Amino acid sequence: MAEWWTYSLSDFLLFSPRVYYRLIELHNRDWWPAHLAAALLGLGLAVTVRAEGARLQARLLALLGGAWLWIAWAFFWERYATINWAAPYVAPAFALQGLILIVAALLAARAKPPPATPARRTVGGLLLAFGLAGYPLLAPALGRPWRAAETFAVLPDPTVVATLGVLTLANLPLRRLALVVPVLWCLVTGATLWTMGAADAFAAPAAALAALVATWTSGRGRRHTPPRP
Amino acid sequence: MTTSRRAVLQGALALAAAGAVPGRILHAAASPPLTRAIPKTGEQIPLVGLGSWITFNVGNDRALLDECTRVVAAFFAAGGRMIDSSPMYGSSQPTIGYALKKLGHPKPLFSAEKVWISNASRGPTQMDRSRAYWGVPRFDLMQVHNLLSWERHLETLEAMKADGRVRYIGITTSEGRRHRDFIKVMATRPLDFVQVSYNIVDREVERRILPLARERGIAVIVNRPFQQGDLVKAVEKKPLPPWLAETGARTWPQFLLKFIVSHPAVTCAIPATSRVAHVEENMAAARGVLPDEALRRRMAAYVGQL
Repeated sequence: MAEWWTYSLSDFLLFSPRVYYRLIELHNRDWWPAHLAAALLGLGLAVTVRAEGARLQARLLALLGGAWLWIAWAFFWERYATINWAAPYVAPAFALQGLILIVAALLAARAKPPPATPARRTVGGLLLAFGLAGYPLLAPALGRPWRAAETFAVLPDPTVVATLGVLTLANLPLRRLALVVPVLWCLVTGATLWTMGAADAFAAPAAALAALVATWTSGRGRRHTPPRP
Repeated sequence: MTTSRRAVLQGALALAAAGAVPGRILHAAASPPLTRAIPKTGEQIPLVGLGSWITFNVGNDRALLDECTRVVAAFFAAGGRMIDSSPMYGSSQPTIGYALKKLGHPKPLFSAEKVWISNASRGPTQMDRSRAYWGVPRFDLMQVHNLLSWERHLETLEAMKADGRVRYIGITTSEGRRHRDFIKVMATRPLDFVQVSYNIVDREVERRILPLARERGIAVIVNRPFQQGDLVKAVEKKPLPPWLAETGARTWPQFLLKFIVSHPAVTCAIPATSRVAHVEENMAAARGVLPDEALRRRMAAYVGQL
């Protein structure tokens, strides 16, 4: 791109905030009541993610990967692409993240990873709670209709933040690799919302920063010691 | 009322019956808008057109598509002709196609499109897709968007024009980018149109580009006349000048548009909007008197001291 320094973020915003939030409303309307199944998945993750090596936990993590694949197709490929020509380029990244999470879940079921440090568990728990319960409240809190509420496993932002929580509080295999796409998306969505003048523009980037700081400063946590024969 | 305008109103009437177009926009404007000639052919173009950046990118949201259709209907009912879009503008092209189909493809339409792709060999495919979105047999004007791969695209466009597959060709830029290259292309290639950003606080094009356009007989389209709404927001709370009536404007947006279209080198300004009231207000700026050079200086000085 010639004279790239002359471009600002607003030059890349192709739609108005009104169109963006109506897009979310229509997505919610068209996929209801999938939100209920998504809520069950979120609840299951919240309950089991601290368990050590539980098969249920691995299955739920694999379902989380499935949620990323679902969002890649249903939201980015089918919905967001109608107003943003860059969305089809994001869809493969979300699909890749889904596959990484599924592989991590399979490895976790066999490896019995040790629990994370208390600091990581605290930060991760807060991020997970924010992704599951906090994000849907942002829309009404900021004057948008409930119909435009963003929920886990249906729309990208709460799913990404909840995933950052899971990756922070559980010592999953491929954990650092699995942070790449969520962190990048937090930057993209933060920039988009900031350009739209949204008050919650800093939510996702702040979540990414918290996950990175907790992950890189608190280490892996207690090593798993195999039982003596 | 011309036959073609009658056709637009008939289409709008059908939409109104379906609830998509309010009755008040079915009233054709009392007088046709002022026009300016395209230098190469003498074809007259109303001084105000319709842009589609951001405002028409509504995806497949049926309610918003109908809203945009009402804007397009009001535009034609007010005597508008030029609608401008680009493959870069998300779903704006399908939105325009949706509106044109609902309105029975109004004959006054002057379709202005752009080719925007780095790989110039894929330009014809992109232009065909754009044409299919609009539902038109050919575009009136095809422009190279932001000078992207302009050498090869212009070769294609020159061949298309020679074959009668497009009536006019041109180049675009926005926000003052690549003006040096832009001037070089204007000076060396047989262009019919250029499109630039120009408004009462961003007048850089007055120095070289607008005089060169007059010298070379190139029509000028002005994009972002309100700086994407920022300019209106900046002045709308300020008092309008006591001598406003001399400009022919009644509101700030009309004041800003009158300044632009009164430049003798400017052929058409293309404000974008998603609201019927705004398109009517904008089109009204193409009626009545236009400021002369002395008044234009006064207008710029007034805004400058706000």
